[in-house]
This record gives sequence, structure tokens and C-alpha cells, in this order.
Amino acid sequence: MNLDAEIEACIPRLRRYARVLLGGHHASADDLVQDTLERAWRKIHFWRWGSDLRPWLFGIMHNLHVDQSRRGQISTQSLDDTEFEASVPPSQDDMLVIQNLQDALRHLHEDQRTVVLLVAVEQLSYQDVARTLGIPLGTVMSRLSRGRTRLRALMEDCPQTSGQTSGQISGQASPVAISMKIIK
Amino acid sequence: MNRSPISEADLHAYVDNQLSSARRIEVEAFLAARPDEAARVAAYRRQNQQLQHLFDPLLDEPIPPHLQQPSRVATRLNLRLAAVVTWVFVGGIVGSVAGGMAGWQLRGSPPMLAQMSSQMPRVTEPLGAQQATVGERLAWRAAVAHAVYSPDTRRPVEIGADQEDQLVAWLSKRLGVKLKPPSLKAQGYELIGGRLLPGSEGPVAQFMYHDAKGKRLTLYVSGERQDKQDTAFHFATEGPIGVFYWIDNGMGYAISAGSNKNELARVALAVYNQINPK
Repeated sequence: MNLDAEIEACIPRLRRYARVLLGGHHASADDLVQDTLERAWRKIHFWRWGSDLRPWLFGIMHNLHVDQSRRGQISTQSLDDTEFEASVPPSQDDMLVIQNLQDALRHLHEDQRTVVLLVAVEQLSYQDVARTLGIPLGTVMSRLSRGRTRLRALMEDCPQTSGQTSGQISGQASPVAISMKIIK
Repeated sequence: MNRSPISEADLHAYVDNQLSSARRIEVEAFLAARPDEAARVAAYRRQNQQLQHLFDPLLDEPIPPHLQQPSRVATRLNLRLAAVVTWVFVGGIVGSVAGGMAGWQLRGSPPMLAQMSSQMPRVTEPLGAQQATVGERLAWRAAVAHAVYSPDTRRPVEIGADQEDQLVAWLSKRLGVKLKPPSLKAQGYELIGGRLLPGSEGPVAQFMYHDAKGKRLTLYVSGERQDKQDTAFHFATEGPIGVFYWIDNGMGYAISAGSNKNELARVALAVYNQINPK
């Protein structure tokens, strides 16, 4: 199989992942894709022959994104996943109304959103997600679990879907829902 | 055989079809008895479908032409390089297994480590370690650290040069001496960053540099005990890695790169002069 063609076949997925990372900003997402492709060709000798290209390319993109968003910032300390609960970006609106899935995604912490999307949309194995993001498998699983819990709670506040599932969860006052209420 | 309890990770792997069929049957039995968990799993499956529904249409968008032209000229060369690296890597594993003496710590490691073990077997064996000189052990550790970290695309360093102040403060604190990565700009090398490593007698700092072509060079700084006498410059080669090392004022320094002796000497002298300003 021709590597040119294989990498080119990944471009649509890279564009999609770039938009997810950059919150839908299309022009800069394509810049990120281009940077990723350039770096991938420069570093192609580090790619292990026969291994899946996608996690490798996503990993390059992820690192570029992290580098670019850190540039010019004061260094940050990494927090435990448990601390993320308190650091959800506050909503711009006074009224927190989740209109749809895309809205709900925006309210996930970026680390959780990335893992959820790599698993649910890109359908990467957990091991590949860990490799892509350069984090341990256990961290992948805890981010996935937190992300899904939060997304579920957010979607239940959503007018379109609340009717179907509210009966099943009325008993569990989800901690996520509570923290969202504190924020607004 | 005892069944292990169903974990949170199992439930997610069930949602994402990442379980073995045997485990899937166990999870299904568990879910049949736990309607609350079954509802949660169903909600997560629905999430997956909704997310795919939301994002899959993006895959059908036309790709802008400028993204369809990777640097094809470089490709052929890089592909050949990739093939060479792969074969050298495989050769390294075979070599270290066949060599026998490589031992557990070298299994699957790059070929330079396997070669090193045959050149300096005493150094790799804990019992014989005392027979190697302080300088030899320093050089060997520095070469291993170079071989391990310099090819790392993702995390060559723990703290990047963009946070040099933090890097300096952190490593100085851990080594207990004031450390500053020398500037090698005049020699054509730019600082990438640094990391902390375990040494024979405590923490060790590794600074990594690269030149305009991306070739990497590492400076390994280790606190040696004060009673160890200073040494002059020494040069050693460990497989493809050249190491220039010396001990000065209770500190061991080693510069490693895939470069020739002259090039390393030039850098070593620059480092020495910055550490000991006239």
C-alpha cells in the first residue's frame, strides 16, 4: 500500500479532529492539518512500519495543538482529573440552556471532549487514544467516564431529549448537574 | 475459573465494542441484573451514535487542494530512511537476544544499547559496576540517556526551552547546585529543553539541543561525589553515539550526539568555557 495514499486518506479525519480541537474554527483548523502533514512527512522515519497511521497522525496534531496553544502563555501545572470538575469554563450566558449536542460538547472540559471524540467518533482503541495523547490508559478511561457522565447529564437538561430519559435517572442527583448549577 | 468483577472500564469497552466475546457475555449477564447500569450503557451507546451522526458528514466535505500536496520529493528519501530504521531496529532486537549477555534491561532496545553492552559488559552488570571508572559510568549512562530520549518525537524533554526559567529553577533545586543550560547558539545548536533522570548517586539533568537540520545533542550533568577527582576531557563512542565527558569540581558532564569527535570537542569546549568563565 502506498504511504502517500494512506496519509492522504487520513486527511478528512485530520480535518475533522482539528476542528474539534479548535472549536470549529475552519481556517485555523486547516492550517493545523497542513502543519501536521508537513511534520508527519518530516518525521515519517519515526513511524513504525505497519502500525496504524491514524493514532500517529492524531498524536502529531495533538502535540502541535498543545504547543501552539501554550505559546506565549505562562507555564501551567497539570491538574489531576478530579480537579477538572471545578475548572469548567463558566458559561457566557446567565441561563445555562443546553440546546443540542454541539452545545453540550462545548461544556465538556477539553481533555474529556478529546477522549470522548477519539473513542466515539474516530473509534480508536483505548490503547491508541492513550498513545495519541501521550497519557496512561487509566487516564483515558477516567476521562472517558467523566466525559460521558457529564455529557449525559448535560443532554438530559436539553429540551429535545429530556423527556425520554428523565424518568430513569430522577433518583440520581448527578454531581455534574450540581456543579453546572453552581456555575450559572 | 473465577470471573473478575465487571468494572467501569468493562462497561465502556462494552459500549465501544472493545471487549472479547467471552467478556461481552459476562457484561451482558451483569447488565441483565442491573437495569440502572443497563440504562447508562444504553445512554452512552446513544451518545456514540449522536456524535457520529454529528461529525461524520464532515468527512464528505471536499478537501482544499493545498492540503492534497504533501512534500512528495522528501517522501522517497524519508521512506528509505524509515525502512533502514526499521531494519536496524529489528536487527537490534535479534542481536541483543542472540548476544545473550544483553540481559533483561536491553530486551527490545535500540541497537546501540545492544552494542554498548558487548563493548562495556562490566558496566551493565551491577556486580562489576565498581570496576568501571566514574567517568566510564558517566559516559555510559549519558549515552543510554541520549539513545533513549533523543529519538523521542513526542516527549524529548520534560520542560521546554520556552520555559527556561522554570527548567533552570527545577533542575537546580533537584540537583542541589546552580545549573544553567549553556547557550550553544554560536555552535549552531538551539536548546529544546531538559529533563530530570536518575543517576548513580541521585538526580541527573539532561539538556537537549538540536541543530538546524534537527540533529539532536544532549548534555548530561551529574553530581559526582566531591572525593572523585577531576578528569581531563575523554572521548568514547558507544555504537553510533559519540560521548565527550569530563569531571570538574565534583560535577560530571557528558555531551552525546551522533557526531564525530571534532564536532563534539568544539561543543564540549564551548560548554566548558561557559561553566568556567575565565
